[in-house]
Amino acid sequence: MKQALLSICAAALGLAIAGQASAAGTLETVKARGKLICGVSLTVPGFAAPDDKGRMQGFDVDICRSIAAAVFGDGEKVDFVPTNINTRFQALQSGEIDVLSRQTTHTFSRDASLGLDFGPTVFYDGQGLMVPKSLGVTSAKELTEAAICTLPGTTTAQNISDFFAAINGKFELVVFESPDENRAAFYSGRCEAITSDRSDLASIRSVANNPDDYIVLPETISKEPLAPAFRQNDSNWGDIVSWSVWLLMAAEEKGITQANVDEKLKSEDPDVQRMLGVTEELGKMLGLDNKWGYNIIKSVGNYGEVFDRNVGEGTKLGLTRGPNALWNKGGLIFSPPIR
Amino acid sequence: MAFLHDMRFRAYLYQIVAIGFVALVGWTLFSTASANLAKQNIATGFDFLTRPAGFVITEAAIAFEPTDTVGRAILVGIANTVKVSLLAAIFGTVLGLAVGIARMSHNPLLARLALVYVELLRNVPLLLYLFLWYSLIILTLPPVKQALNLLPGVYLSNSGLVVPAALVESGGLALLACLVGGAVAALVIRNVATKKRVTTGQSNHGGLIALAALVGPALLLWLAGGVAIDWDFPTAGKFRLTGGLHVRPEFVALLFGLALSVSANVAEIVRAGIQAVNKGQWEAAAALGLPRGKTMRLVVLPQALRIIIPPLTNTYLTVFKNSSLAIAIGYPDLVTVSNIVMNQTGQAMETIAIFMGVYLALSIAISLLMNWYNAHVALKER
Repeated sequence: MKQALLSICAAALGLAIAGQASAAGTLETVKARGKLICGVSLTVPGFAAPDDKGRMQGFDVDICRSIAAAVFGDGEKVDFVPTNINTRFQALQSGEIDVLSRQTTHTFSRDASLGLDFGPTVFYDGQGLMVPKSLGVTSAKELTEAAICTLPGTTTAQNISDFFAAINGKFELVVFESPDENRAAFYSGRCEAITSDRSDLASIRSVANNPDDYIVLPETISKEPLAPAFRQNDSNWGDIVSWSVWLLMAAEEKGITQANVDEKLKSEDPDVQRMLGVTEELGKMLGLDNKWGYNIIKSVGNYGEVFDRNVGEGTKLGLTRGPNALWNKGGLIFSPPIR
Repeated sequence: MAFLHDMRFRAYLYQIVAIGFVALVGWTLFSTASANLAKQNIATGFDFLTRPAGFVITEAAIAFEPTDTVGRAILVGIANTVKVSLLAAIFGTVLGLAVGIARMSHNPLLARLALVYVELLRNVPLLLYLFLWYSLIILTLPPVKQALNLLPGVYLSNSGLVVPAALVESGGLALLACLVGGAVAALVIRNVATKKRVTTGQSNHGGLIALAALVGPALLLWLAGGVAIDWDFPTAGKFRLTGGLHVRPEFVALLFGLALSVSANVAEIVRAGIQAVNKGQWEAAAALGLPRGKTMRLVVLPQALRIIIPPLTNTYLTVFKNSSLAIAIGYPDLVTVSNIVMNQTGQAMETIAIFMGVYLALSIAISLLMNWYNAHVALKER
């Protein structure tokens, strides 16, 4: 808590004395600094967490690396700043970070009232509930009168309250500040169920002693499109963030991977040629190197590779693509044309 | 320019300059921050307090529904904070008094035990103790399905203690009137009895009569069937016990942690207070033939009280502020509720300003109350 207060004080001071951060364009600031500063979660395995060699890994982390690759041609030129759930927006507003890539839900009020804008949705999520299999529950509607553990984060407390209000059921809500205490309370049986975004539940389940003892219930009680956020009124920087994400998606559609990107430079497909900067000068229009697309894929691969490596079925989280499949494979992942 | 050499003028001048400087810095920070917020289209102001809260607060000292306003949710947080700090201060003071006296005991085992108790509690951060107590409760007690049935209607599990709740069906007002009337009568009887004892020097049964006056009327009313009390026994629901009165583990762990921390501080304050009373007082009491227990109760403690009050104020302020550690173990105090609000509205600075203001106001209120009491018991020089 003290840390949260400190960072908010720092943010307030930052707002007070460093209003010029927004005066110069973010791209110039980032280029002058020589690296990108990206706000991520503290430790959410699969989204942002250090691996056993201390290197940051995860879905959100790879989004940061792709933006760094677009700007510098090198996905490693990025500093990761851990942000907590309370201070993440202040960190962005005050200029402490250049982009926020932290499982953040794009909502109307955030977009309209927090002085920030959102890029394209990188992960279509929704709030779910997880219970021990031994409870014998198959639907969230059977959970009336149960105790439910959650973090104070975002809209989870409100969504679960709305869900039970709609079916006229009562429940006991236990709110923890720390993810560790939240998990401990759930695993000890203090709560019958734990609620969070489904991707986060998968992450919580992956660290259980025996993940197979727990199931995520079928109901999705809210829409949680997770998107990177950047400061408002800087459309050049907003374009760079958005098109870096869209390029990942377009690359999956065109079958360009980290492994074959060098061969694809010789591709006859005009779309691929434009994306990789072989023809035309799309990169320059954004104020970037013309090989920005090549650099992104060379550093992190395409959207599908980023998904599979961090949260996909081969990982501990074991998430299926579901709504995060490409649009032409029944999902919602869709990139506007890159031309 | 002779007035510049006037000491009093210079003293005032320095103070005015200092205040002006602080005010200027504060104003600059505030105005640039609000200008920058406005420029970046970030919402400011306190309009969000009247919006519906939309979330459930399970443990609420005052009634709360998700359809109530955000302002009321914060009020619930304040009430929860006050409830747990007040109880912790009361339990901690009683316990601390006992431990402090035990520290002064001639029995070495008791004195050493009290010393170990105080040092263990004072030298480890409270937050770690809160984690410890909370983990002990939720990890050692059985889950609610296998709750221990201690007495009929009393269940203990890692979801807390559930006891039957007494619901007054009718005659509630009459009962209240009897209790209040009884308390007033008891106070009057005690005062009269004390005065009589002081003037005549004879002991009497004033205390017993006062006790009878306190509980008698209410008891008679109940026996005569003037009140109907409906006992709400907990019953096994689908997942947990429904009905009855729930004492939740988050509350217990916080109360326990805070009360123990208060007791260790109070014990040290009491010990210091007793040691500060002149040794001659003990000897004079012994010369009059008073046994050690009575000397402590009638001679030493009343004098130690005067020394104890000012540091005690500090302890009470600390417990009140420390109650904000509730956030770590899920008790919905002011900070926990504010955090949920902050996440929903994104207006962190306003929310933090509110809870800082509340802590400041309540701390000042506690200080004023304790200062008044201190002046009341202080030695009056006539």
